[in-house]
Amino acid sequence: MTTVAVPPGVRGRARLLARSPVTVSLSFAFLGILVFLALFGPLVAPNGPRSMDLSTGLTTPNSEFWFGTDDVGRDVFSRTIYGVRYALFGPVLIVVGAFVIGNVLGLAAGYLGGLVDTSVMRWVDLMFALPGLLVTIVLIGVLGASYLLAVVVLIVLTSPFDARIIRGATLEQRSLPYVEAARTIGLPVRAILFRHIFPNVLPIAFANAFLNFAFSLVALSALSFLGLGIGPGSADWGRMLAESRLLLFENPVAALAPGGMIVLTATSMNLIGDWLYDRLADRGRAR
Amino acid sequence: MNRRNLVAFIARRLLAAVVMLMIVSVAIFGLLYASPGSAEQVLLAGRVANEETRENIRERYNLDEPLPTQYSLWVKDAVRMDFGESIRTGEPVTTAIKERGRLSLRLGAYGFVVAFVTGIGLGILSAVKNRSGIDRAVVSTSVVGASAPPFVTGVFLLYVFAVLLGWFPAFGQGEGLVDELWHLTLPALTLAFGASALLIRFTRVGMIAALDQDYVTFARARGVPERRVLLGYALRNAMIPVVTASTVLLAAMLTGAVLIEVTFALPGLGALLVDSVAYKDVLMVQGLTMLLAAVAILTNLLTDILYLFADPRIRYTRVTP
Repeated sequence: MTTVAVPPGVRGRARLLARSPVTVSLSFAFLGILVFLALFGPLVAPNGPRSMDLSTGLTTPNSEFWFGTDDVGRDVFSRTIYGVRYALFGPVLIVVGAFVIGNVLGLAAGYLGGLVDTSVMRWVDLMFALPGLLVTIVLIGVLGASYLLAVVVLIVLTSPFDARIIRGATLEQRSLPYVEAARTIGLPVRAILFRHIFPNVLPIAFANAFLNFAFSLVALSALSFLGLGIGPGSADWGRMLAESRLLLFENPVAALAPGGMIVLTATSMNLIGDWLYDRLADRGRAR
Repeated sequence: MNRRNLVAFIARRLLAAVVMLMIVSVAIFGLLYASPGSAEQVLLAGRVANEETRENIRERYNLDEPLPTQYSLWVKDAVRMDFGESIRTGEPVTTAIKERGRLSLRLGAYGFVVAFVTGIGLGILSAVKNRSGIDRAVVSTSVVGASAPPFVTGVFLLYVFAVLLGWFPAFGQGEGLVDELWHLTLPALTLAFGASALLIRFTRVGMIAALDQDYVTFARARGVPERRVLLGYALRNAMIPVVTASTVLLAAMLTGAVLIEVTFALPGLGALLVDSVAYKDVLMVQGLTMLLAAVAILTNLLTDILYLFADPRIRYTRVTP
């Protein structure tokens, strides 16, 4: 490895500087709507996610079906609402899994240094260079398509983002007086790491969780789009897009609605993550 | 760094690339055994076979040899670009890759050129017009570009430019070079949308930092033309993080190309990978994955070397690990 000072944000994801408070508020509002729909979607949606009506067939948006229906007469509006559950559930699992692995590795690498640090960072570099989604596609193809496997593979692929950021934050904390004090009075390493350093790097990990969420949502939707994730007919946005992609001439909304939801969700998660990152990154440093 | 050090550096990186390729090849060879069922069953893929066919398959793929021997025989064939015959179609894996590769290569090159020109161009523009309306518009677009998965971008572009406006064809490949490029335009734009978002971010941040430097102020004070200050002085330094980011960019473009080929029904390598994965055509998957790994590792090697030329300062420091 060449020893070069890499500007912050160059490895992995770059963050943006300019953000207006309006877009951040809109992102939070959108997240609120998503959570509401995930919890109470069935009360809002006029039809069931799988209820077909072949006599209705394919329709364009109208007063009964706001987004029209697809080729087997399923209500696109209702399916888009039911899709919120899939869109939140999978990514949340991945984010939590990556959070645990990434934090443990990041704390250990940052605090212990030496061989632990080198091996963790080599692993992180390797994972960054991998086209993650392609690795997932190949693994799922060879081992057999399953949603659980997709989630596990994506946890492994997402955790380096956490590990790298937490390592950096831990390095900063390590030299602060409170850590030295804890070491002087002979606290065990585990207690220093998890009870003293961890609460101070937690805000950054929290902000990063939103960025990971956007990445996981896009990756899972891509897998469903390719037919390697959730089974056919499910009201998953990626699946819906794949199934109604060919209806673009007849009822474009059937494809544009789930596609637009993926973009809106991913964009707002990225914006929230960036905003939190900028706000919280300095707080840990000031202590 | 003198010439001898430079050669030593390149040799070391080359060695690392070869070691990396070997590790990856073990993993890819292992795919055959990672699939559920015995290797023989995987290669037969559910076909009813008599004893003779079984015997032939065991013979062809050396299944009766001990594993290390199997691996070394596999590598020997792989070096000669022989990955066996596709389980699905029976045609040699290498032939299929060559046939499909042309389209993917064109898509990649077209998308890369568009991404590079717009990404770096808009990155410079928004850095120069920092905090203006143009800057905000470029940055907002790049946030969406970095968040939107290629298959969604592709469907939206198809809807606007093929269905609503009818400017571009929705499907098919076209005949003759001009027509083929015409058919590839929407897929290439989709690929470029995501990739240029990354390039805009890196170029913009790099340029803003570079324009803030004393040497830029001094060059302006000396009366160096603004064009030269931007392109000759600032951009060269701003490009260093862009070179570093090229591995991330490559990963994004490879993934993007696979999704785009499926979205636009283009029969390229990406579509071949997805089809082979769906059909459990392990031999085809092995061939394609090996190709992908080789491309990725070679690009990383090139990036490391390119880095030396982008930033002469590195050549004067010791690069020994």
